[in-house]
Amino acid sequence: MTAALLPFFIGIPFLSAGLLSILGDRPRLHVSLLLANLVASTAGGLALVAHFTHADPMAHGVALWPFGIAIPFAADMFAALMLSVTGILSVTCAIFALYSGHATSRYFAPLLLVLVAGVNGALLTADLFNLFVFVEVMLLPSYGLFVLASRAKAPYRQIAGARLYVTINLLTSTIFLGGVGFVYGTAGTVNIAQLAGLAREDSAVAISVGVVLFALSIKASVVPVHGWLARAYPSTSPAITALFSGLHTKVAIYAIYRIYAVIFDGDARFLWIGVLLFSLTMIIGVLGAVGENTTRSILAFHMVSQIGYILLGVALFTEFGLTAGIFYLLHHMIVKASLFLSTGAIEIKYGTGTLGRVPEILKREPVIAVAFFVAALSLAGLPPFSGFVAKLSLIMASIEADQIAAAVVMIVVSLFTILSMLKIWSGIFWGGRTAEDQPEAEPGFPAGTNLGTLTRKQVRQLAEPTPRIGVGLAAPGVILAALTLGLGLGAELLLTLSQTAAQGLLDPSSYVNAVMNS
Amino acid sequence: MTIAITIGILVAGAVYLFLQREMLRIILGFILLGHAGNLILIAAGGTSRREEPFGTPGDTGIVADPLPQAFVLTAIVIAFSITIFMLVLAVTGKDDDDTTEPEGDDDDPEFDVSTLPKGIIEAEDITTQSLNLSREKSLSRSRTHQSDNEAQSDLGAENEGGDR
Repeated sequence: MTAALLPFFIGIPFLSAGLLSILGDRPRLHVSLLLANLVASTAGGLALVAHFTHADPMAHGVALWPFGIAIPFAADMFAALMLSVTGILSVTCAIFALYSGHATSRYFAPLLLVLVAGVNGALLTADLFNLFVFVEVMLLPSYGLFVLASRAKAPYRQIAGARLYVTINLLTSTIFLGGVGFVYGTAGTVNIAQLAGLAREDSAVAISVGVVLFALSIKASVVPVHGWLARAYPSTSPAITALFSGLHTKVAIYAIYRIYAVIFDGDARFLWIGVLLFSLTMIIGVLGAVGENTTRSILAFHMVSQIGYILLGVALFTEFGLTAGIFYLLHHMIVKASLFLSTGAIEIKYGTGTLGRVPEILKREPVIAVAFFVAALSLAGLPPFSGFVAKLSLIMASIEADQIAAAVVMIVVSLFTILSMLKIWSGIFWGGRTAEDQPEAEPGFPAGTNLGTLTRKQVRQLAEPTPRIGVGLAAPGVILAALTLGLGLGAELLLTLSQTAAQGLLDPSSYVNAVMNS
Repeated sequence: MTIAITIGILVAGAVYLFLQREMLRIILGFILLGHAGNLILIAAGGTSRREEPFGTPGDTGIVADPLPQAFVLTAIVIAFSITIFMLVLAVTGKDDDDTTEPEGDDDDPEFDVSTLPKGIIEAEDITTQSLNLSREKSLSRSRTHQSDNEAQSDLGAENEGGDR
């Protein structure tokens, strides 16, 4: 595989998106081209992973302009792993969205393709300003998807959520842009390879890059700038929540890892800030979930908590810590999407995700229940799932790095995580609606309803049993849950790959050389 | 120095506008903040030690740096498109004041009060199910297959709950 193929990760989805918007409303073409693109992107990512097990990082300057003028794309093991997992998530979430009826709009496929192009670009770029551009490319279609992916007219709640989402992201992007400006002003370049290690030597550059990192922390929703996520994410449709949870915050986390490793060169002076903030993120996120009573808002708060875990890897900045962090990142993307998808399937089929307002799901939907249970235990970190390996290695890494307090925080937060998962379990899968919870009016026959107006079809439907969740809605969550089990049992493989990625971050010289010689 | 002061004034204005309740004012604030960001980028090109790129200067070290200008151009386009999108969001929905809680029922993500016929909201102690059915009835002529399924699952779910 040559480096010249890297721009195709961005170019082909862009081209397809443009093509589909010109060709208009042809649902079958949209679906096939969308899935073909997503699968190809995933396959490309996996091929890169296989390539980097025995090869050095590679980079390509678009259009063969000399270094410094060309737009650089670079890939190493970390980027390849991220490309693969984001690819898997976009495929599963797209299938879920197509089956959920939230993707009927003719703009769904083009928007999703642009989103994927932006994500791939943000993962592959080796330039801070291009990172900003690709993050924007990723966000602009998200704004559309946020309100678009609805069966009918977007409800007011969705609009309100979108307002919050757009404003916070625009604010963050402006801060990011200011940070990039400061970096250019102080260092004279925005190329990550040229900036390598500069923040360690020059405190003015360190402050400038600090602004960039601050903006990325908002996007990753690190405490104390986490508030938007738990409010914005639950207000769109379940498929989109799952997609965003897998892609958006994780791209920001990836960028934090990359920038701190390369530009700061893992400067040990600032690590304590990370350890403190990320521990707080874990605690506050998990406590926030306690007060929530719908599945998606609980899960969204858990995401905040888990982001603390992931970023702790970079705050330790040892080889073991980074390995554990990267493993945690990949595991978390899969598990979180699985949880969002399986609860989303329930929400779509039964009309609500509020605890205690749905019938006993365990009896009605055993497959979904098992998928949720597996993913929930994995999230909490129980063996034999991937969460256990992720948490154990992260805890061991922090003990190794003498961060005992962080290790204790991780263990305590895990217990709270189980607590919240059990809350969803009992509220959705076991408990269901009890007699006291029944609304007083008989369902379907409110006072004053003229029964004569019920159509024959409605009456017949009343007698028939409710249809179960279909295969198309259930499969994405189940597949991802199976994947977390597989990653738990075969953790050795992913840990080795994560270790290669971590070594690339610990010693970024080969990445930097690749970009310099592109 | 002039640029620094201008940026400061723009940011101050933006923050003041952000603290207002209306969506429209927030958008205006973002326009100011976007200008401030662009000026930061321009300043990053070293405006104090470089001159305008007119004529044919021999020394490229003293003419304006083209790279920040390219940055600004990109940033302007992005900010402009997002501003338009935010304006659309501001006029969609009831009014442009986003600080109140949405009035729709929390349970039903598809539920929209504004689609209901007038008079239904006034009646108290109405449950989600009955609201859904009322809407169902009022729209029965133009009912879609989708909403059929929704009502169906609601009703079936109730039945199962009662059986236990």
